[in-house]
Amino acid sequence: MTLFPFASPFRSGHAMSTQHRDDAIAHTAASVSAAPGAVEANAFKIRARDVNVFYGDKQALFDVNLDVPGKSVTAFIGPSGCGKSTFLRCINRMNDTIPSAKVTGAIEIDGNDVNAKSVDPVVLRSRVGMVFQKPNPFPKTIFENVAYGPRIHGLATGKAELEAIVESSLKKAGLWNEVSDRLHQPGTGLSGGQQQRLVIARAIAVSPEVILMDEPCSALDPIATARIEELIDELRSQFCIVIVTHSMAQAARVSQKTAFFHMGKLVESGATEDMFTNPRDSRTQDYITGRFG
Amino acid sequence: MTDAARSAGAAKRAPLTAREAMLKKRHRSEAWFKAQGVAAIIIAMIFLVVLVGRVVGQGYSTFLTHSISVPVYLDPSRVDAAALEGVNYDYLVAEGMMKKLGVQDDDLGLISGKVMDLTSRDLGFQLLNQLKADPSLIGKTVTVTGPMKADADLYYKGEIKRSTLEEDRKLDNQQLDWLDQLQKSGAVTAGFNVKFFTNSDSTEPEQAGVLGAVVGSAMMLLITALIAVPVGVMAAVYLEEFAPKNRWTDVIEVNINNLAAVPSIVYGLLGLALFINWLHVPRSSPLVGGLVLALMALPTVIIATRSSLKAVPPSIREAALGVGASKAQTVFHHVLPLAMPGVMTGAILSLAHALGETAPLLMIGMVSFVPGVPEGFTGASTVLPVQVFIWENASERAFHERTAAAIIVLLVFMIVMNAAAVILRRRFERRW
Repeated sequence: MTLFPFASPFRSGHAMSTQHRDDAIAHTAASVSAAPGAVEANAFKIRARDVNVFYGDKQALFDVNLDVPGKSVTAFIGPSGCGKSTFLRCINRMNDTIPSAKVTGAIEIDGNDVNAKSVDPVVLRSRVGMVFQKPNPFPKTIFENVAYGPRIHGLATGKAELEAIVESSLKKAGLWNEVSDRLHQPGTGLSGGQQQRLVIARAIAVSPEVILMDEPCSALDPIATARIEELIDELRSQFCIVIVTHSMAQAARVSQKTAFFHMGKLVESGATEDMFTNPRDSRTQDYITGRFG
Repeated sequence: MTDAARSAGAAKRAPLTAREAMLKKRHRSEAWFKAQGVAAIIIAMIFLVVLVGRVVGQGYSTFLTHSISVPVYLDPSRVDAAALEGVNYDYLVAEGMMKKLGVQDDDLGLISGKVMDLTSRDLGFQLLNQLKADPSLIGKTVTVTGPMKADADLYYKGEIKRSTLEEDRKLDNQQLDWLDQLQKSGAVTAGFNVKFFTNSDSTEPEQAGVLGAVVGSAMMLLITALIAVPVGVMAAVYLEEFAPKNRWTDVIEVNINNLAAVPSIVYGLLGLALFINWLHVPRSSPLVGGLVLALMALPTVIIATRSSLKAVPPSIREAALGVGASKAQTVFHHVLPLAMPGVMTGAILSLAHALGETAPLLMIGMVSFVPGVPEGFTGASTVLPVQVFIWENASERAFHERTAAAIIVLLVFMIVMNAAAVILRRRFERRW
């Protein structure tokens, strides 16, 4: 008997539509071998050592040590309030915006500590893009939404170059065909799934190295979710992607590496298929089999 | 019905009535609250109608005025081309009027004196100005057109009645007879009171207008807006978006909220001490008035701006920070534009409040007779609410009519500002 009936295929590269997913699940065994190699082939992009986070007197994360591989998808799973989003927000220092938050330990991207005094969070966030739970396009046109990042970072020298960046970003986010004829209409007029892809295009437009996604599909319907998951799968060849998700099925479908957080501690991390087929910790097993959480 | 039947019926209904009674009671109290709400609205509407009706009823007649054309013979024996300023033009006008009325002056000059009380001194000034422009008019007959004196105007409007005892009114029976005669002959014409809008304050009611006060109010508001809006908005942006949340910012916040509730006359005293006695800003000027009102409007602008900044969803801030915008870029590219409708509304409403403010201006010497449009921001000036106050205190009855008219002008000014607030809000409003 399998531990998790929703186990997924650990897809290797190609995009899949929802219809194909069922077939793919049937072929799980065949594609299993692809993933671990991919993880090892990449040097670790992000290294976290002894990360503790406090919100005032309350400690939210305890001694987290984690390596995140580059050019692949890493999923953070765990019950609500377990600290996975907190850890995600440490990577691009979004926790700086919370006055009471305090971070200790080291988080390195390519060997550079993000919390070092010399690091400007503005520059860091242009290297580490972020996609939030609720689609949050600016109340501006679709074009302006995507063009904003390149503009403030001076990535384009002229109008033509800026337009090229917007076009390629929207294409990468799989939105170009749907919006190319209405770039100057408000981004807030799009559907939820389109808005989330617009937000991903906005993050891509500043050519980040890492994209952090905080439950990007939790506000979307299953079809829009499938589109985003396909997109994540396409993007992992170019970016290091970290995704926080409540859906274990989603973690299994899109990620190569999974980290399980519980009560502010990193319980277990490893290649996704190992985690789901052979969890080492009993808490992980209980969680992924649905016994708590 | 027998007693037995009645008690049986009551007993039958008894189990239901407990709940029914409760339900009835609830319906009743709901209807009662609704009725109270409607009554409150009706009372408020009655007050409003009475207020506006009274002001308009008293003031509308100001916008109508009676004027007269008088042919005046410029007697060369009495008009000296070398000393035009020294001529008694009022008497020349009275002569023209007496001719029109077919009366002769007596030796004491009582008749001419009574006739002079019928027309405005404006006619005499017109003669002087015409002569100054063209001295060759001496020896000719010139026709001048100008307003009737305020009391004569009030008689035509029915405010002064013949039925009042002669000694209780300003015009005696003979003067009223003359006025009737003039009206019958068609010499007097009624028309729109243009002078009320083109003249400034005057000691003669028929000459008094609101132009100086309107210009003074506009200049003062400009100063207030230029100081209170930028300073207030930037203070609010700093406190809301940048300032660390600690005891100091709490103290500042509490103090700002308290300042919004300080009586406005206290700001007048502060302005008197700070701007006039210490900084020597010219008293009674639009500049000092604007500064004082800016102090008064600041807390309101800050509070309105802060609350509209608070209403901007945090997801917009996260989105901007997430693509690498700095704190300032986040605020000025995204948060402040979204808060703009609220900021604008708050700013304009506090300016409208400042426009109607009288008490602090009395403290800084604005309650003075200024018979002209202010000469720049440091010139002596009056403003609409103070003009209302000055006219209300005047003894002449015709000024009371003008008080109401000035209030109408002030209310129109405010309605225009509030409408601007609504329009700006609509224009800046965006969905997210």
